[in-house]
Amino acid sequence: MHELAITCNIVELAEEAANGRRVHRVTIEIGELSGVLPDAITFCFPEVANGTCLQDAFLEIRRIDALARCSGCGSEFRTPEITTVCPCGSLDFVRLSGEELNIKSIELEEAA
Amino acid sequence: MCATCGCEGEVKASVLNLQTGHAAAPSHEHDHNVPIGQGDPHEHVHADGTRHSHPHELREHEHGHGGETITIEQRILAKNDALAAKTRAWLSGREILALNLVSSPGAGKTTLLERSIAGLASEFPLFVIEGDQATAKDGERIRAAGAPVVQVNTGTGCHLDAEMVARGLRELKPGSGAVLFIENVGNLVCPALFDLGERAKVVIFSVTEGEDKPLKYPHMFRAAELVIFNKIDLLPYVDFSMAQALSNLREVNADATTFELSARTGEGLNDWFGWIRRQAALARQFAFLETDPLSRRGNITPRS
Repeated sequence: MHELAITCNIVELAEEAANGRRVHRVTIEIGELSGVLPDAITFCFPEVANGTCLQDAFLEIRRIDALARCSGCGSEFRTPEITTVCPCGSLDFVRLSGEELNIKSIELEEAA
Repeated sequence: MCATCGCEGEVKASVLNLQTGHAAAPSHEHDHNVPIGQGDPHEHVHADGTRHSHPHELREHEHGHGGETITIEQRILAKNDALAAKTRAWLSGREILALNLVSSPGAGKTTLLERSIAGLASEFPLFVIEGDQATAKDGERIRAAGAPVVQVNTGTGCHLDAEMVARGLRELKPGSGAVLFIENVGNLVCPALFDLGERAKVVIFSVTEGEDKPLKYPHMFRAAELVIFNKIDLLPYVDFSMAQALSNLREVNADATTFELSARTGEGLNDWFGWIRRQAALARQFAFLETDPLSRRGNITPRS
C-alpha cells in the first residue's frame, strides 16, 4: 500500500500550493507503468484529505497510456506491461510515456 | 503511522540507535482540524462517472464552480526524490558506498549482511540501516555481527523512504570510505518506488521463491543493479530452474549483474564481496565528479 504514502504526498503538495485557501479540484496524472494503482489513490484520498483544505476537493486522475517507439521499425506502440515488446519483435525501443506520477494543478474554490 | 488519520507519509517512523539506545523522537507535522467520524462519509458519482466520497457532509454540492487554477506540474514524489538526491550527494562527498537491499520477506537479507560484516569488516567501516515494520530483532542480529546499526520501524509502512534513511544517517554518522547497507522492508512492490539516495538497488532472490518472481514483480527487478540468487544450497531440494529464472530476469532487466550464492554455507560469497570492493573503489574514484558513470539507472521513478 505505497498508495497511502503517495496520497499523503499529493495532499501535502496541494496544501502548499493552496496556501490555506480551499481546494475545489486537484488534478494528477498516473502512468500505467508507474507502479501506482489509481483506484487505491481514490480510496485513500478522502481519508488523507480530511481536515485539510482539500477535504471537499474532487480528485481528478488522468491515466496515461504507456507508449514506446521502436528503434527497429520506427512504429509507436503501447506497452501496457513492462515486458511488452514491439509487434515487430524488437526489444530495442524507447519509452515515450507511462511512468508519470505527477501532480498537475489545483483549482481553488470560488471566493464566496 | 498516525493513529488519527492513518497517514504514514507525514508521520515519522521510529528510529532506534542500537549503539546508544537513543530513540529519535517521532514528530507529527500535520494537524487534524476535523476529527474522523465527524459528519457522514458521503459517496457519490459525478457526471463524468467518477465515483468518490467526501469525508464529511457537505451542504450542497458545489462541483463545477471552481475558481482560480494553480499549476503545480511536479512529481508527486518530488520531496522524497529531492531528499534522496541530497543524501546521495552527502554520501558521495564522503566516498561512501550505499546499497539498498530489497527482497521478499525471508529471502536472506539479514543473513547475507551478517556474512558480509564478517567478511568485509577488516576492509571497510560498515554501517547498517535496518528497516522492518516492527521489532529490533534484525538490528540486534547486525549489532551482534559487529556493525553499527540503526533500526527503523515503519509501523504499518511497507517501505523505507528517503526521510527515514536521512534520519538513520543522522544517528549513524558513517565516516569517509564506509560501506552502508540499507536493508529495506521485505516487500517486492513498494520499495521499488522510493529512492533512498543509494548507489544501487540489490535484489536478493532466493531459490525457494520460484522462477517467475521477476515477471510478477517487474518494477523491482527492473530497478535492480545486481540480483543475488540466494540459498543455492537448497537447489537439489526445490523445483527451481536457474536457466528459467535468468531468462525471466532478462525479460525485465537486460543489464543487471547476477551472482549465485548461499549466505548460509558461504558458497559464492566471494563474488558478492568482489562486487562490493569494485563499487567501493568507484565510489572513491568518482566522488565530486559531475558525471558519475555509476549514476542510478533503470529506476522507474525519477524523471523530471
